[in-house]
Amino acid sequence: MITKLTHLCVYVLDQNSAHDFYVNKLGFKVHTDVPMGPGARWLTVTPPEQPELEITLFPIAEGGVFDAETVRTMKALVRRGTFGPAVMTCNDLLATYEEMKSKGVEFKKPPTREFYGFEALFVDDSGNFFSLSQLNP
Amino acid sequence: MTPASYPKMYLYRRIVQAKLFIDQHYAEPLDLSAIADEACFSKFHFVRLFKSAYGRTPHHYLIKVRIDHAQGLLAKDVPVAEVSMRVGFESSTSFAALFKKQTGMSPSVYQRRQRIRKMMYRGNPLTAVPNCFAEARGWKNSNF
Repeated sequence: MITKLTHLCVYVLDQNSAHDFYVNKLGFKVHTDVPMGPGARWLTVTPPEQPELEITLFPIAEGGVFDAETVRTMKALVRRGTFGPAVMTCNDLLATYEEMKSKGVEFKKPPTREFYGFEALFVDDSGNFFSLSQLNP
Repeated sequence: MTPASYPKMYLYRRIVQAKLFIDQHYAEPLDLSAIADEACFSKFHFVRLFKSAYGRTPHHYLIKVRIDHAQGLLAKDVPVAEVSMRVGFESSTSFAALFKKQTGMSPSVYQRRQRIRKMMYRGNPLTAVPNCFAEARGWKNSNF
């Protein structure tokens, strides 16, 4: 029986920029940041209220199964906004939306009423989009 | 957005500003009544709105922010007493008690665990990485 999700992978174009975005704009905490040889780094962050879920900020770079063509294709797809890796939630979407906007986060959709509550869509610094929701009580 | 929601947005902006103020000035001796005044709220109204937006009273939120920053400093091997002062606690006893309440362990135990974790990663960085990711990146047979 599967019990929990421990790691979630988000492909990013630049790890330093992703670190700044997830920590300083979204308020996530760095869980692990370990150098893995020249130019490589294992970097995971956790949502502010969910310290057990590590989000891997995985760079799209050559090495292992990532050959040059795969890297080119992946980067183009991420940049184009093809991937929506996760849905996030908050206590109050309007307050969170205001705060994120004041920090320069780009929203594809402002808070909108949906049948389950409110939802907005934002993009990270690479182009991945995330749904941010406030569920009905 | 409907015209009726504009005053609500204005209200939200003031609450968000108060939260950002705490985020930036957590290490200073903060007077939450003054923050409420600054945001043009009565203290009661401010606490109620803040709690409904962030799930915590401003006071509890301030403690959380201080402990979060304390964790970062402890992981960098800053001595416990210095951490307590640097994140804005006046007493290291109350710092230790609040730290334990939030994280489940004392600051010194937390620091010791972080030190062990770092040593382990320094000895073999692959212990930090789930095998599937290490293989995908071609790190499995590397010597770092």
